[in-house]
Amino acid sequence: MMDYQMIWFILITVLFTGFFFLEGFDYGVGMLAPFVSKREEDRGLILRTIGPVWDGNEVWMITAGGALFAAFPHVYATMFSTFYLALFLMLVALILRGVAFELRTKEKCPCWQKTWDAAIFIGSIVPAFLWGVAVTDLAAGLPIGANMVYQGNFLDLLNLYSILGGLVFVLVFAYHGAAFLQLRLMDKGLLYRVQALGKCAGVCGAIAYVFYLLLTWENTDLLNRPAALGLFIATAVFFLTSLYRFAKAPGKGSFILGALAVASVTIGFFTGMFPRLMVSSLNPDWSLTITNASSTEYTLSIMTVAALVLVPIVLVYQIWTYYIFRKRVTAGDVSHY
Amino acid sequence: MDALLLSRWQFAITTIYHFLFVPLTLGLTIWMALLETCYVRTQRPHWKEPCRQLVKFFGTLFLINFSMGVVTGIVQEFHFGMNWSEYSRFMGDIFGAPLALEALTAFFLESTFLGIWMFGWDKLSPKIHCLCAWLIAIGSNLSAFWILVANSFMQHPVGYVLQNGRAEMNDFLALVTNPYVVGEYSHALFSGITTAGVLVLVVAGWKYVHDKESKAVFQQVLTAGAIYLAVGVLGVMGSGHMHTQYMAEANPMKLASMEALWENANPAPFAVMAVIDQEHNQNACEIKIPFLFSLMLYNKPEGEVKGINTVNAEMVAKYGNGDYRPDVFGLFWSFRIMVGCGGAILLIAFAVGALSHLNRLDKYPCLLKLLPLTLPLPFLANTAGWFIAEGGRQPWIVVGLQKTADAVSPNLTGMEVFLTMAGFTLLYLLLIIAALYVAVRYIKNTSIPQNTHEGRDA
Ligand code: HDD
Ligand code: HEM
Ligand code: HEM
Repeated sequence: MMDYQMIWFILITVLFTGFFFLEGFDYGVGMLAPFVSKREEDRGLILRTIGPVWDGNEVWMITAGGALFAAFPHVYATMFSTFYLALFLMLVALILRGVAFELRTKEKCPCWQKTWDAAIFIGSIVPAFLWGVAVTDLAAGLPIGANMVYQGNFLDLLNLYSILGGLVFVLVFAYHGAAFLQLRLMDKGLLYRVQALGKCAGVCGAIAYVFYLLLTWENTDLLNRPAALGLFIATAVFFLTSLYRFAKAPGKGSFILGALAVASVTIGFFTGMFPRLMVSSLNPDWSLTITNASSTEYTLSIMTVAALVLVPIVLVYQIWTYYIFRKRVTAGDVSHY
Repeated sequence: MDALLLSRWQFAITTIYHFLFVPLTLGLTIWMALLETCYVRTQRPHWKEPCRQLVKFFGTLFLINFSMGVVTGIVQEFHFGMNWSEYSRFMGDIFGAPLALEALTAFFLESTFLGIWMFGWDKLSPKIHCLCAWLIAIGSNLSAFWILVANSFMQHPVGYVLQNGRAEMNDFLALVTNPYVVGEYSHALFSGITTAGVLVLVVAGWKYVHDKESKAVFQQVLTAGAIYLAVGVLGVMGSGHMHTQYMAEANPMKLASMEALWENANPAPFAVMAVIDQEHNQNACEIKIPFLFSLMLYNKPEGEVKGINTVNAEMVAKYGNGDYRPDVFGLFWSFRIMVGCGGAILLIAFAVGALSHLNRLDKYPCLLKLLPLTLPLPFLANTAGWFIAEGGRQPWIVVGLQKTADAVSPNLTGMEVFLTMAGFTLLYLLLIIAALYVAVRYIKNTSIPQNTHEGRDA
């Protein structure tokens, strides 16, 4: 039984890592687009870099949610009802974003396109921020009662620490998006602007991350576990190396190092949380863990087989997508559809 | 304000929104895959280009619809945890599995290959591109399968035991092979084909009448679309009929309520209309066709059908005191709306198909002019159908296991739910208007002439 719960803890970690890695640059591109250029054609180019992949990336989040539901239903139930209003805001943002990608090109009038570009911006920055807040809250602990039901209200979710968490996510994802755009855009002028913005986001992100680590040290016990501490420090190293290379000559190296930073901070978070998934600030025994929140061994065993067969298949065809669209985006690509 | 009632409204509103787009996705993906197969395989060179443009034409309409389907779907997925957390705790061991499998097998497939399909026209060979279209169709219909496995469990629980204070799965295969799935899935699949078929006819009819340049091409679309629609609507009727017969065994309360049949009857009549008096467990007045209901259920003019009062008494004996009757008025009339729409759609399919095949369309111009008015029919039928399925299992959220009233999240206030409900409702309304506006303009501005190599893409 314990083994399956472990496997699912790891699988959930994998899904969230995939989600933050993929949606991270997706959100980043959406956030940067309005700042890179005022020209409609340029924004078309920028958004075209994620056009074929953003929906597939978003499914990582849906799958992470579905997997939580299947493997740790109590976590799904408590977490989603706890973050009720925050999730509502996130859903509104995601709804706007999803529709905007489809509708923005369908009408030539500038105010139409501006509206949907704004929707993409909001739809990218709000979820990034809220995920940062949520992750921070999960680690810091929430007033969860003995029956696993949240006892606080919406405002209890917001404090200095969690807001800083949101900020870190926004800045890091913006940087991640800039690093991605460096691999996908062709136009020299745009690349130059993206680099300037990326540097700015990266430096701010690095500073915010340092403060975030300090507050994490003060507010949580995540860093007491050496493995987690190691991963959080590795994150800083990856990120700074990535940033250094990005500032000098952006390319594959800086993108991959940035991706490693996103991955190691996610894994570090789960390592520090283990075996908990949600911490109760009222009583440590009321925290939701992989033992008291999980599905039965039978369900977990079936889902394990399914996940181990299906996730690699998904990875293969998603990698194929990136392979098909590996070329840098030019104006010709945009006018084509 | 009551968080339970508002949560129910919210769920009903958002699922109905979702299911405006879902059937179009189910049916249009198949339609597009078929069209693209024609494009790849056709031996007639003058058809090649129009065919390709038709795929893009319906593809664009589909993409607008798909984006609405996706954004309404995400909300559905979050709903169970947000508003129905006690349900998720009680049922999660069973219910989470099909949801996760839906994401793993279907959503990834659908969304990834759609991205490739959309932007890959000149990056892939036509055959591989066509394969992508089929994978999208398979993905969307697979997603319907998994979600209906989940839904069928709520209608007719199988493969579980009650222990540790919750329902736990003990037979996954039973869950997937739940006989309820057969009826629900086939019915939903064909309702998708029907919905897409009506859309195709309406759009093609409009282009045929109003756009001289594209007339020839869209006449072909009308013929093909009528066949597609006829397959869909005959399928939806057949599967609905089969499912109704199965309901006598699986959920007699729902069946009796659909017919507003209060007392046992043998042979049972079919009520064409009834004035329902739920308070006094009777119909104040009704018009009946003798034998017909028994005939529909058992294929012979006799056979006992249980009435609502009998089933309610049985349930009281089994589950304790309470009122186990759903909203009979709503069920009775929803069923008639759904079946009526089906009949009307069948007539349309035959009329348009025959006239178009015989080249007589221009003889009856008013027929094509009136065609757009029929667009709401399948959407009405779909919504009514879901009301039967979901409203008919009240007061249960999972029949016999958990009541809807026990399923709601305990930490929510009415105000919170009200805010989100109002927010989603308004936002979706605005987006639907934007999407419709864009779709209509696109239909108007895009011509597909025959026999040319350069088509105008607007
Ligand atoms: C009979 C079919 C059917 C039914 C009853 C439902 N759905 Fe659905 N859903 C689909 C058929 C579908 C689809 C055809 O696969 C969609 C519609 C349009 C689309 O984009 O995919 C979809 C999209 C869709 C998405 C977005 C997927 C993506 O990003 O690609 C999610 C998360 C859900 N649905 C979840 C749900 C939940 C939790 C439901 C239960 C209340 C539900 N759907 C009812
Ligand atoms: C997309 C198609 C669907 C439509 C149009 C639909 C329609 C509805 C409607 C009208 C209600 C309100 C019933 C009432 O309160 O009287 C409802 C409730 C509900 N349905 Fe569905 N439904 C759909 C799919 C599903 C599926 C697939 C599931 C489960 C997997 C589901 C689970 C529920 C739940 C949990 C409720 C809330 C409890 C309740 O008030 O009944 N629905 N749905
Ligand atoms: C003679 C025709 C029809 C019959 C006998 C019939 C029968 C039924 C029955 C018994 C249900 C309830 C299923 C349940 O509670 O599980 C249902 C649901 C439904 N119906 Fe129909 N139906 C017919 C026509 C149509 C048409 C024309 C459409 C749409 C184009 C449609 C769409 C639906 C949908 C979407 C549902 C809910 C989902 C499902 O159960 O699959 N039906 N139908």
